[in-house]
Amino acid sequence: MDAWETAFLAEIDRVGRETGPRVLDSVFFGGGTPSLMPVRLVDRILTRVRETWHLSNNCEITLEANPTSIEADKFRGFRDAGVNRVSIGIQALNDPDLKKLGRLHSVSEAMTALETACNTFNRVSFDLIYARQDQSLPEWQAELNRALDLEPDHLSLYQLTIEDGTAFGDRFAKGGLRGLPSEDLSADMYFATQEICDHKGLPAYEVSNHARPGQESRHNLIYWNYGDYAGIGPGAHGRLTLDGEKYATETHLAPNSWLSSVSANRSGESVRDKISEQDQYVERLLMGLRLHGGILIQHLSSISFSPNASSINELRENGLISVDETRLKATPEGRPLLNAILRKLLED
Amino acid sequence: MTELSKIRNFSIVAHIDHGKSTLADRLIQETNTVADRDMKEQMLDSMDIERERGITIKANTVRIDYTAEDGEDYVLNLIDTPGHVDFAYEVSRSMRAVEGSLLVVDSSQGVEAQTLANVYHAMEADHEIVPILNKIDLPASDCERVAEQIEDVIGIEATGAIQVSAKTGQGIRETLEAIVNELPAPKGDADAPLKAMLVDSWYDAYLGVIVLIRIIDGKLKKGERIRMMSTNAVYPVDRIGVFRPQMESIDELGPGELGFLTASIKQVRDTRVGDTITHEKKGTTEVLDGFKPAQPVVFCGLFPVDTAEFEDLRDSIEKLALNDASFSYEMETSAALGFGFRCGFLGLLHLEVIRDRIEREYDIDLITTAPSVIYHVHMRDGTMIELHNPADMPDLTLVDHLEEPRIKATILVPDEYLGDVLKLCQDRRGIQENLTYAGSRAMVVYDLPLNEVVFDFYDRLKSVTKGYASFDYVMTEYRQDNLVKMSVLVNDEPVDALSTMVHRDRAEMRGRAMVEKLKDLIPRHMFKIPIQAAIGGKVIARETLSAMRKDVTAKCYGGDASRKRKLLDKQKKGKKKMRQFGRVDIPQEAFINALKMDD
Ligand SMILES: Nc1nc2c(ncn2[C@@H]2O[C@H](COP(=O)(O)OP(=O)(O)OP(=O)(O)O)[C@@H](O)[C@H]2O)c(=O)[nH]1
Ligand SMILES: C[S@+](CC[C@H](N)C(=O)[O-])C[C@H]1O[C@@H](n2cnc3c(N)ncnc32)[C@H](O)[C@@H]1O
Ligand code: SF4
Ligand SMILES: [Mg+2]
Repeated sequence: MDAWETAFLAEIDRVGRETGPRVLDSVFFGGGTPSLMPVRLVDRILTRVRETWHLSNNCEITLEANPTSIEADKFRGFRDAGVNRVSIGIQALNDPDLKKLGRLHSVSEAMTALETACNTFNRVSFDLIYARQDQSLPEWQAELNRALDLEPDHLSLYQLTIEDGTAFGDRFAKGGLRGLPSEDLSADMYFATQEICDHKGLPAYEVSNHARPGQESRHNLIYWNYGDYAGIGPGAHGRLTLDGEKYATETHLAPNSWLSSVSANRSGESVRDKISEQDQYVERLLMGLRLHGGILIQHLSSISFSPNASSINELRENGLISVDETRLKATPEGRPLLNAILRKLLED
Repeated sequence: MTELSKIRNFSIVAHIDHGKSTLADRLIQETNTVADRDMKEQMLDSMDIERERGITIKANTVRIDYTAEDGEDYVLNLIDTPGHVDFAYEVSRSMRAVEGSLLVVDSSQGVEAQTLANVYHAMEADHEIVPILNKIDLPASDCERVAEQIEDVIGIEATGAIQVSAKTGQGIRETLEAIVNELPAPKGDADAPLKAMLVDSWYDAYLGVIVLIRIIDGKLKKGERIRMMSTNAVYPVDRIGVFRPQMESIDELGPGELGFLTASIKQVRDTRVGDTITHEKKGTTEVLDGFKPAQPVVFCGLFPVDTAEFEDLRDSIEKLALNDASFSYEMETSAALGFGFRCGFLGLLHLEVIRDRIEREYDIDLITTAPSVIYHVHMRDGTMIELHNPADMPDLTLVDHLEEPRIKATILVPDEYLGDVLKLCQDRRGIQENLTYAGSRAMVVYDLPLNEVVFDFYDRLKSVTKGYASFDYVMTEYRQDNLVKMSVLVNDEPVDALSTMVHRDRAEMRGRAMVEKLKDLIPRHMFKIPIQAAIGGKVIARETLSAMRKDVTAKCYGGDASRKRKLLDKQKKGKKKMRQFGRVDIPQEAFINALKMDD
């Protein structure tokens, strides 16, 4: 058995001992490029997962894949190992833009991979990034329509975000990123996206995720509904309720440090923080308001913090949130302003 | 006590950056006043802010011993002075304590506005002037041209001027010889009753108030009792000494000498610069002329961003004022900003220096409101009010007319930029008084309103002339003009901290520029915000800041929750740097930046 396999299995065992027997609704191979993993490793991991926890009926098992031929060649093997959903990072439907995004595949390669995926798995989703450099509104509308012509059941449509500490962020800081859309153009693109997808029967159920009703990613819904999830493997985050307390966990990010930590300390964990009631409240808000369904008020008030009443009133008056007996939601106008809404709700 | 004929006292004066402090370094080093290993560049610029900005703010005195080529030992007292126009007062005051000036001129630049201003001060003080051509190591150095310019523009002999590189040390010996041979020795009578000039005073955390003095007549010894003639206050002298450049105690100071005394004086406020100091008993009856005190000319409000820090701000302002008599303050309340202080400064650089020190040394984030000058408001009933703050403008029906301070500005500029300079002055309501040439450099004299100059005139001048112009000014008089108060309304609420006085003819233009600026400076909110400029009840300019349309994180999964929560926390702290006006958050720097005009 190779060292990686040993380490993964040891980590599953460790987390399994901590959580005790629970029912798993989903498994997600994500972060980076899990499709590069050997089929055998995916198979071993899923086998050990089944031995450790009880899998629910039609448990969702997703794998994130890059649309290259090498990775597509392994789809059948992944399916036989138990994977029943793939999410493919296609990102753009034109080659120059793929290059600018730093992607190694071409559109035609992506189309082949998508076809293979559709022939192999029942559930296939793909990702596109929009509001890219020099992209116009009509260009994006045309590209999105082409994507919808491929008849996916699930689509992730992300606006390009420039974050500090990423390759894009560094280039942006150096002034090397031109032609990014203005706030107004990106708002126009966002609203056009909602309209087109609604029309084609793939309404958004979260800020950037669209699905034919029933095809939502069950796994990601756990994040947004602030359920428990265990993080296994390098750089994996988790949220676990243990003995009535909620913990945030993280493992070592660099694969080699993770590996040596697992073998030396019998654990790859680097962070285990008890999350205060206040922080739980903040996390529940920031995750839950992303969903069209919003947050169950009963979940918010079960914790001893409540939203600032005057903020709620102001946001309601501005038509950005709605509150009824059961739920707190961002309105369609409020959703693209979620960060501002959160800042307002969290004011003292 | 040093024999009078062996003393030389001088100030080093020049335009900004022409190398005064560097020359002082070389004089200190060449005479071994400080060991080589303890030298550092511009060692007299000891305040953090001086070192950071590379400028001198406070004049510094140093005593050096020099054995001249004639074999005699001399005592030289040098005063390194600041070059920036805001601190011109330091220069003229220093000059009163010495007999001569080294006039340093950067030989790659030539005569500039403060070169001229300093020459006038030196002439007023009856100084012998020794011109020094500095920076001869630079390729652009042109001693012949600059010497000619000095003769043309200033009218002092400069053909034989000493050529120096304060950087490499070339010409330093010659400079020392010229100091000994060309500057006059001080006069004075050691047997006459004590008469000393209080040149400067400042607060030292260990020693209390330190007083810089120049002995005119008589002698001063440790332990003697002295009297300050303006207040009649008497103090026993604890310590006397000289600067080398650190303090060194000595037993006695005699006529012609410069040094310091400490005398358990509690506050700098208890001393008057220019005062005459004598012995308590058998003192002199002659009082020195004294100095005109430095008057603050630029006023602005300083408010803590966090209202809870008001007391800390009071504390820091009081401490800084202890050491800086030219900085004034009084409490101010603003409807929009709460409690703060209305502060007066010598100029914008002085304002920036004080503000920086409060922010850094006392760690208080500040909102600085629009700088203003003092207007004279003549009321119908014949009384006159000094208006330091536009927000206090009285009811117009009670006002007869307003007067504003005017200045005489001297600008030196290479010919090719003259057009831009004239346009700038014209735009700022200037009246041209004179235009002459020195070689390819024009010298223009303008009569300008001070309020058009205090704020960003110097920045604009630098930018339209690519840094090639220099500028100096003196206040002249108060003059009546058509001045009005312009208010700014953000989201229909007046923000008093943004009120300014403007000339009626320029009000629309200023108002438009200001609301456009504010539209960029205020971040978008979740609702749209009208921004208006108004005179009385009449809106003269209006912009609308659109509502925010997009601010959401595209990708937020299980691995992003912690990071996103921490980011929200951080933003919450950042928001403390803004002040809320009604429902609108205005960033602290907006108050100043709204006034900057791109012309
Ligand atoms: N090349 C060269 N640079 C010099 C010389 N003298 C001074 N400098 C440089 O000129 C700059 C200004 O020098 P300072 O000595 O600080 O000038 P200053 O006249 O005291 O300036 P203020 O006190 O701000 O008016 C510094 O960067 C010095 O290193 C010189 O002889 N040659
Ligand atoms: C963690 S998400 C995958 C979730 C997955 N699509 C699902 O719902 O099953 C990874 C995707 O984020 C998107 N992404 C990566 N960098 C981005 C950026 N700087 N801005 C916007 N989106 C980005 C890419 O589309 C990438 O495929
Ligand atoms: S950073 Fe980009 S490429 Fe890397 S895992 Fe995340 S989405 Fe994929
Ligand atoms: Mg200096």
